[in-house]
Amino acid sequence: MSTLDLLQLGFVRQALLAGAVLALLAGLLGPLVVGRGMAFAVHGTSELSFAGGAGALLLFGAGAVGWGALVGAVVVALVFGALGLAAHERDSVIGVLLSFGLGLGVLFQSLYTGRSANKFGLLVGQIVGVDTGDLVSLAVTGVVVVGVLGLAYRPLLFASLDPTMAAARGVPVRALSVAFAVLLGATTALGVQIVGALLVLSLLITPAAAAARLTASPLRATVLAVVFAEVAVLGGIVLSLAPGLPISPFVAGIAFATYVICRVAGSLRTRRRASRTRVPASSTATSTSSQSALASQSPRPRS
Amino acid sequence: MTGPAVSLTGAELRRGPRTLWSGLELDVAPGEFVAVLGPNGSGKTTLLQVLLGLLPLSSGQVRVHGAPPARGSAAVGYVPQQRALDPLTPLRGRDLVGLGLDGHRFGPGLRGRARRREQVHRALAQVDALDYADAPVGSLSGGEQQRLRVAQALVGDPSLLLADEPLLSLDLARQREVVELVDRRRREHDTAVVFVTHELNPVLPVVDRVLYLVDGRFRIGTPEEVMTSANLSQLYRTDVEVVRVRGRILVVGAEDAPVHHDVPEEVGVR
Ligand SMILES: Nc1ncnc2c1ncn2[C@@H]1O[C@H](COP(=O)(O)OP(=O)(O)O)[C@@H](O)[C@H]1O
Ligand SMILES: [Mg+2]
Repeated sequence: MSTLDLLQLGFVRQALLAGAVLALLAGLLGPLVVGRGMAFAVHGTSELSFAGGAGALLLFGAGAVGWGALVGAVVVALVFGALGLAAHERDSVIGVLLSFGLGLGVLFQSLYTGRSANKFGLLVGQIVGVDTGDLVSLAVTGVVVVGVLGLAYRPLLFASLDPTMAAARGVPVRALSVAFAVLLGATTALGVQIVGALLVLSLLITPAAAAARLTASPLRATVLAVVFAEVAVLGGIVLSLAPGLPISPFVAGIAFATYVICRVAGSLRTRRRASRTRVPASSTATSTSSQSALASQSPRPRS
Repeated sequence: MTGPAVSLTGAELRRGPRTLWSGLELDVAPGEFVAVLGPNGSGKTTLLQVLLGLLPLSSGQVRVHGAPPARGSAAVGYVPQQRALDPLTPLRGRDLVGLGLDGHRFGPGLRGRARRREQVHRALAQVDALDYADAPVGSLSGGEQQRLRVAQALVGDPSLLLADEPLLSLDLARQREVVELVDRRRREHDTAVVFVTHELNPVLPVVDRVLYLVDGRFRIGTPEEVMTSANLSQLYRTDVEVVRVRGRILVVGAEDAPVHHDVPEEVGVR
């Protein structure tokens, strides 16, 4: 069957729909994840979501995987959220929990004796297996995430990027950190079931990291991250159809290519800007910008 | 506004076993410029945290505009003690200033966007930061970031400005600009200013009173009253000499005092 024929199939359409919603959520949350320096936390969350799903599969069967993944992700996201933004401590705690979760997940999987597709799905995703129930939980999560972001976006951005000042202005930094962790956990858990634990980073981090290379405006970065995530997911699904391969390599490949292109484009632009203006517009060590930065920091007045 | 912008009575603050200061009595009138001086660790930042409502007094009373300090009050502007922004912070200068205006508000914030843009623009213009308002904040020099911080504090039109070492890492010309800006602000808008600084001289031409904190002891008064050899010797419990040279005050003999190690340079400016 050609790709076009495959696109007519019901389960393919469901996969595309699920992918589109997931990419929207990932694109919306991604810039905040990157801004908070939480890429590693997302990785840890997805591994523990995998462990939760695998544990539920072993104990309660295939029907409980979704709940297991959700519980695993949200519990650990709450732990990471409660650790706040002290990056050094957070990273080591994440490393500790991540490796433990991965070990547990592998143990659960090797003890499980049912269908092997169920096992493998949590690592590489089961997007063609998306059913109506999955779509409903995706839709619910989507509405909650969009709603919370709509109400709390400004304080969340403030608390994420400028926490000292935000606290001084009365923003409930801790509570927002926890709320964000829950949103992130729920999105990660869905991502683990649809695209697999290995691909979650490709959706939550790579598009936002690529967007950050092109713009420092939070609004534009969010729009770009959503677009990049959609292109990666929908493009990846479509490209995977004809060869009948898993979607992971395609989604990850498109996301990675986007990132490389944005990085190159971003550094070309900064270099142009730095050579055009007197004001250092970039931290890259072009000679003009480092000289004028030195000049403006020198305590010695020039007269 | 008739009452004081800030009023501390019998204020004491302990941190663990240490008493940072106690028996502090200070009223700051609207439009008054008070400089807070003292060595590192003497509790200057902590004092601002109390005024921001982030930290309770151990005993005594604090009032800001006649009421207990409220976290996030729009009437209080704050310039935090400088920590350079992360080089990769995904914000432009105008976003940082905008967060100072309404970053603490919940809701989608779709209304009044034109007015908001206008306010942010005016604050950026005030500190002469329009040239780099669209550059990523992390790519700016310390001085440029500091001017954005001042704009961020002033954008909400506060009647009390709390600034924590805002002159740090600025060259002398920029220091003078920031001081003039704050001075103009309080003259035109009657904004009370509590200005923590490591160096008295840049603010000397505009300062009304000085609060000098050393190791739990303090003096309050005009620079002439406070900055004497006798006073500072008592504060530091060692022989300290205060010398006045060409309208500047030099403190000699106190470790970590607002001394001017770079005297020739400073004198050379004049
Ligand atoms: N969170 C804290 N818990 C306990 N002690 C603190 C805390 N923060 C600051 N301190 C102590 O309070 C003292 C005053 O600090 P600070 O107000 O920052 O001084 P300054 O701004 O004058 O340099 C310091 O000695 C510091 O050790
Ligand atoms: Mg301090």
